Parts: sequence; structure tokens; C-alpha cells
Amino acid sequence: MARIGVFICHCGENIGRTVDCAAVSAAAAKMPGVVVGMDYKYMCSDPGQQMIRKAIIEQKLTGVVVGACSPRMHERTFRAAAAEAGLNPYLLEMANLREHCSWVHSNQAEATQKAIDLVRVMVAKVRRNRPLRPIRVPVEPTALVVGGGIAGIQAALDIAAGGKKVVLVESGPSIGGHMARLSETFPTLDCSQCILTPRMVEAASHPNITLMTYSEVASVEGFVGNFTVTIRRKARYVDPAKCTGCGDCFNKCPIKKIPNEFDAGLGLRRAIYVPFPQAVPNKPVIDAAHCTMLQKGKCGLCAKVCPRGAIDYQDQDRLEKVKVGAVVLATGFQLWDHAAYGEYGGGRLRDVIDGFAFERLASASGPTAGLIKRPSDGKEPKTVVFLQCCGSRDDKVGKKYCSKICCMYTAKHAMLYRHKVHDGRAVVFYMDVRAAGKGYEEFVRRAIEADGAEYVRGRVSRITRRRDGKLVVLGADTLAGRPVTIDADLVVLADAVVPRPGSEKLAQLFGVGYDQDGFYSEAHPKLRPVETAAAGVFLAGACQAPKDIPETVSQASAAAAKVLGLFAKPELEREPVIARVNRTTCAHCRACISACPYGAAKDFDIVDRAGKVLRAVADVNEGLCQGCGTCASVCRSHSVDLDGFTDEQIHAELNAL
Amino acid sequence: MSGTKEHALAKAARETAGVVLSECYQCGKCTAGCPMARYMDLSPNQIMRLAQAGDDAALERLLGCEALWYCVGCLTCAQRCPRKLDPAAVMDLLREMAHRRGKIPAAARKVLAFHKAFLDTVEHGGRMAEIPLVLRYKMKSLDLLGDVMLGPVMLAKRKLPLLPHRIRGRGEVRRIFKKCREEHRP
Repeated sequence: MARIGVFICHCGENIGRTVDCAAVSAAAAKMPGVVVGMDYKYMCSDPGQQMIRKAIIEQKLTGVVVGACSPRMHERTFRAAAAEAGLNPYLLEMANLREHCSWVHSNQAEATQKAIDLVRVMVAKVRRNRPLRPIRVPVEPTALVVGGGIAGIQAALDIAAGGKKVVLVESGPSIGGHMARLSETFPTLDCSQCILTPRMVEAASHPNITLMTYSEVASVEGFVGNFTVTIRRKARYVDPAKCTGCGDCFNKCPIKKIPNEFDAGLGLRRAIYVPFPQAVPNKPVIDAAHCTMLQKGKCGLCAKVCPRGAIDYQDQDRLEKVKVGAVVLATGFQLWDHAAYGEYGGGRLRDVIDGFAFERLASASGPTAGLIKRPSDGKEPKTVVFLQCCGSRDDKVGKKYCSKICCMYTAKHAMLYRHKVHDGRAVVFYMDVRAAGKGYEEFVRRAIEADGAEYVRGRVSRITRRRDGKLVVLGADTLAGRPVTIDADLVVLADAVVPRPGSEKLAQLFGVGYDQDGFYSEAHPKLRPVETAAAGVFLAGACQAPKDIPETVSQASAAAAKVLGLFAKPELEREPVIARVNRTTCAHCRACISACPYGAAKDFDIVDRAGKVLRAVADVNEGLCQGCGTCASVCRSHSVDLDGFTDEQIHAELNAL
Repeated sequence: MSGTKEHALAKAARETAGVVLSECYQCGKCTAGCPMARYMDLSPNQIMRLAQAGDDAALERLLGCEALWYCVGCLTCAQRCPRKLDPAAVMDLLREMAHRRGKIPAAARKVLAFHKAFLDTVEHGGRMAEIPLVLRYKMKSLDLLGDVMLGPVMLAKRKLPLLPHRIRGRGEVRRIFKKCREEHRP
């Protein structure tokens, strides 16, 4: 005999304003099988939960309906309360009286009647609920970190320090990411390499970290706790086990004039190369697109000079599978291409460069050994103009959003330039200076007051090159209300921050959402900023939104903490809402097996004691099933049902309306 | 636009110029690219800012400024505006308002005289003609000797044809002018 309790929540005024909650609980108390009907201002509060717990014990309830907010909000809360009182938590259901009723209606009488209907529906369902047990799945305590920039390195080091294994995958030949390219870092002017390279070495040598450089994620199977990820190990044409990194090969390589991506195209590299001298691993790869041996079969010089015989022109991409329990995506960013701005030269003016190019000019390890020289003629520029918001805050040709880091790095650039060229003039065109961070505002003031950077509030309309090589910058000083023209030797554009190419495809592999600009979506913008909608997949760094280094490192450590939290238990508990096959009626038509998007439905042989196969049927893997119900809908003999949402329960709900 | 209060100028700018004034974030790219900005008493971005304010004092400054009359309508501002706005169209709207009000600053009277001479020439001959335009402008502005040395230079470069071109549908052009006058009579 069913003994059901109905508890109606006012949700402050959210429900109570439009629904007469007392009338709903009184009406519910008269429904068949209901023994208790109550209402309270905040059912989710401790006194509210106590009402439910007390009623379960005193009235010996066999089922509970809570008429309150969406089950997405508080189903977990109320089921936990029911469990504390000794009731199986899956015997509690919620009627959504807020999102489905009070928030979308204004007529009180009608809203109250609808609330009563919604409660009656759930009472009819709960009478047919069966106790369920959460499913336990084992966890593979190894993490995959995708991206070997500072975000990926930090996350990998933190997980490794927590005693768990990490596979760190990087698409380039070396880890280090963009941070390895920076000269100095705001707001302290630490040398970027000095603080990063020790971490790179630590990541490579840590016993818990397996480094896979020149590798990419090819495919993903499985679910939280049990992912199987296939990694494409791209052909390096150099056997890292034999190579000692002596450098004979790239010193001899005759293909010398390839623009070096690491130096933003300002320096040159060979066809066999390490991207920079501090690379980790410090072992070269062959760029197949430029190598004449690989393209035309001519040359072979590197193989001849290699004392260890490490060069292998037959090398091919290999696929490697790793089993991991959690994933951290840390794929980072790149700069937007300012070629779209025709009025700024459309990318054709050599002395109009982006922020990374300036970083390489200012870096002691850069192509000019830290001397500021302009690309066109190698002369020291005496007037440098910096343009902020280039492609940011401009949805006509660029991006709608603020790229967040440009105000600070432009101040740093102006400062570094003034430190290096004492008689030089640094002019910064800005729209707003957004320096919200510890020591940031002080840093910008220092650039203006101590280092003499000239800040002009306005946007630049046009950059043209005069015959004498000067760049004529037409800007405005909006505070003075007048146009400003500056003859510059070098212009640095603070290009917008955009996600890496291919990041959308990677998101699709992992089932992670992304926004219209391609940045990965967090599960909740405030309360779950590190998680994604895909369980067990976490985010770190600029792949989620433009971020500076301190923020990136914070988020990477947060992602590592989430991974370690997941790995702290040997098993995961999952909601038992999964499909179940009735073996007595299953005709083994295999429709469910071909329909299942998760590969959870599979063949099963019913055997006798001797092991002889009596009959084949379909079966569902509890670990893989996500409870989507596709199999139940395609089953022709109605042999598949979804726990918690059986046909019988749904029919009862509909009949109660 | 629901829920926001819109002043009269903002409404006019939206309806006749297609410009939502609140969308301007004062970057100054209009001023930066404007070939006439250096001659203006209010820069284009200041005009947009005062138009955003839209109060009586702002309107007084806008309708009395010289800058309105210096805008040549080259549309560089509209072409480069990152918010897809058209400051030149706002200038047009303000110019019409100032003209209707009748208080034109002294420095702008010659500009107005030129506009009028131009329109008179077109109304009369059906299209622009250099010599009649110059004559009408001199009569209206009483600036008889200004730029007089440019005449021979332009003549030599064949930029000043002595005989005006006339078009066939002069009557139709006149009717267009007549209709416009009727429609815009206050």
C-alpha cells in the first residue's frame, strides 16, 4: 500500500507569489495514496529538509513528491535528505512548480490549478517507482593533459605531485607554449624563460609524467573514469631514443631559409630543427614540407652527419592508445590575423608587427639578441606606436570581446622599449586601460610616469608607408578632441586573442561545448569555471577565454585539484538511470545495438551450466550506458526499458493529467 | 530598445539616420580618419558624444557649431567605424536641424551659400555646371575676389568649361525640387 508524502515549497516568493501553495498541498493530501501534504517557505533549507525526514520516519512513507524548483537545481539535495531518513533516494521525485509554472504564468488561479496537475502527475509516477542503487564504475587513475603550454605543464606537474600518472600531449615539437616566446612578464618583469624552463625540465623528467610531443588527439572513446584516447604520434623522422641532441644535423642542413614560427617569422630555421635552444625535449624533428629528401629524395645530409644513426626518412605517423580517467584541455590561444584591417596595411607592411614579434625582438634569445630592430631595414626605431584593441571590441572585422591581456602587455612593451632605446618615443593608442589585477594599475602608471610612455586615448584610423620608410599613423586624441598624426618607425598591433585552430574539432571529440568565438564553455560561469558539460573533462588556460599567466596557472592548478579529487576514490558513483533488457522477451533483432550512440548495447549469450549457448539476446553495459533511451524507443518487442523512466511510469504520468 | 528612455535626438538619429547613438563607444576612429577634423571646432567623436547626451545644452552646442558645416560627407568615418555607425549621417541630420532653426554661425555662412548655389545650379540646368556655380556662389557669399587666381589655373587645366552642359529632362528635375520643397515645408 502506497504511503506518499507531498511537500510544496514557496521558494520565498518565487513560487508563492503566483501559486497558492497551501491550496496545492491541501489538494495533494486528498490524492490517492497520499498520506501527508505540507507546504513551507524554503523546503531546501535545513528546517524544510527536516520536515521531509521527520514525515518519512513518522508516517512510514514509501514515496515522496517535492513540488519546488527544477530537479536540476535540488533533486540531489532532496534525495540526499530522503536517504538520511532511510528511504531509497530514487523513491523521491520533484514536480517543477517554479520554471514550469510560477515563473511563466501570472494568473494565480490557473497557475495553482496547473501546480496541482503537476503534483498529481508526479504522485502517479512515484507510486510506480522502484528502489534503485547507484552504479559503481572503476576509475583509471591516469590523467590526460592536452596542450604543453604553461597551463598544461602546471596541471601536469600538480597532478603528478599528487601521486597520479599524467600523459602530457603537445602538438608541437617542444613543450613551453607561448610563454617560452615571451621576453619578460608583467607586472614584475621576470624573465619568462627563467621562470618557465625549469618547469619544462621538471615536467619532462617527472617519473609520473609521460611526455608525448609532436602528437595530437585522434579519437576518444569511453566516459569519465574510463576514457580510451588514441594519440597520433606524428612522424619526427628522428628517433628520439637514439638522438642525443648534439645539433650536427641542423647545423649541416642546407635548407636554411624557412621563417621560424617560434620567432613570429622574424628569424630563420632549417628543415631539420629544434624550435628554440631551450626546447624540451631538445631533439630535432624534420619539417617534411620543406625537406628536399622527403619531398624529392635528394640530399640526405643529416643522415650522413648523424653520429648515432638517428635519422629515419621512412618514419610514419603512429597511433597509440592510452587509458585515462580524466582529461584537462589546455590548448591555449593564438593571435588574430590583422590582415583583415586594410587600413592598417592588411598585413603587407613589414614594420607593422604583432605583439609576439615584438616579444621576440625584445627577447635576449630572439633573432636580434634583444636589440630592438625593425624588420624592414634592421634600423633601431626611434618612434614606436602601439595600438591596443586591434581586432578586439570590433565586431565589424574582428571580435566583439575584450582580449583582456593586451592593455598589460602593451604597457610592458612600451616600458621595455624605453628601457632599451633611451632616446626613443613610445606612443600608445588606447580606448580604455583595463588594468584590474594585483600590481597591474601601478604597472601601467609606471610605464607612463617613470618610463615616459605617451598614452593617447583614441583609435587609429589608418597607417600608410611614406617613401622615406616612415609609417604615417593617423590617430585621434578624443580627450582633446583632435586628430593626431605620428610619423612612426615601427607599429605594434595588440591583436585579439583567439582560440587555436582545430580547437573546435577537439571539443567535438571530447563532447565539450564552445562559444561562437570557439572558446571552450565551462559548466557554469561562476560556480563551475573549471569543469565542462562533459564529465571528467576539465579546462585550463586561454582555451576557455583570454587569460594572462597568473590566471592560467591558477586555473591549471584548479583543474589539477579537480582531477585529483576524482582520482581520490577508487570507484565513481553514477546515476542508475540506464537501460535494462528483458531477456525473456528480447528477440535479438539487434536494433538497439546498432542504434546505441555509446556502444553500450551489445550481444549476450545465455548459456546453460555446461556452457552451451541456449539463446542470444541484447545486453547493456552499465558503465557505458548514458540513459539516453534511444534503445528503448527502437525496440520492436518493448523489451528495453529505462530505469527511473519506465514505460509504465510515463503512462501513469500521462493518465494522471 | 524596450525599457530604455530615448531622447528626441536619439529617436531622430535612429529613425532618419539609422544610427543608434548609444552604440557609440567613443573610440575616436571617426576623428582619426576625418580629413576635415583639424578645421572643426568640435571633433566628430565629440559631436557623437554630445548627441548621445542630447540635452538642451548639448543641442545648443551642436546646432551652433561650425564643424557640422565642414563635414564633406566623404564617409571615411562610417567606413571605418568599428560599431558599424554612420557619424556623417548624424552630421546631415544635425545640419538640417540647424538650417531649419536658422541660426547659422558666421563662419559657416559661406558653406551654406555654396550648398545653395550648387542646388540652384542643378535646379536651373538639370546638372552641375562650373561657371554658373561660381557666379551664383559669388553673388550669395559676396566673396567676389576670393580664390580668383584659381580661375586661370583651372581654365588652363580644362577644369572650368565655359559653356554649361544642359540636360534634356530639366523640367523633371525642377519638379523634383518643387516636390522636395513641398514635403519639407514646416
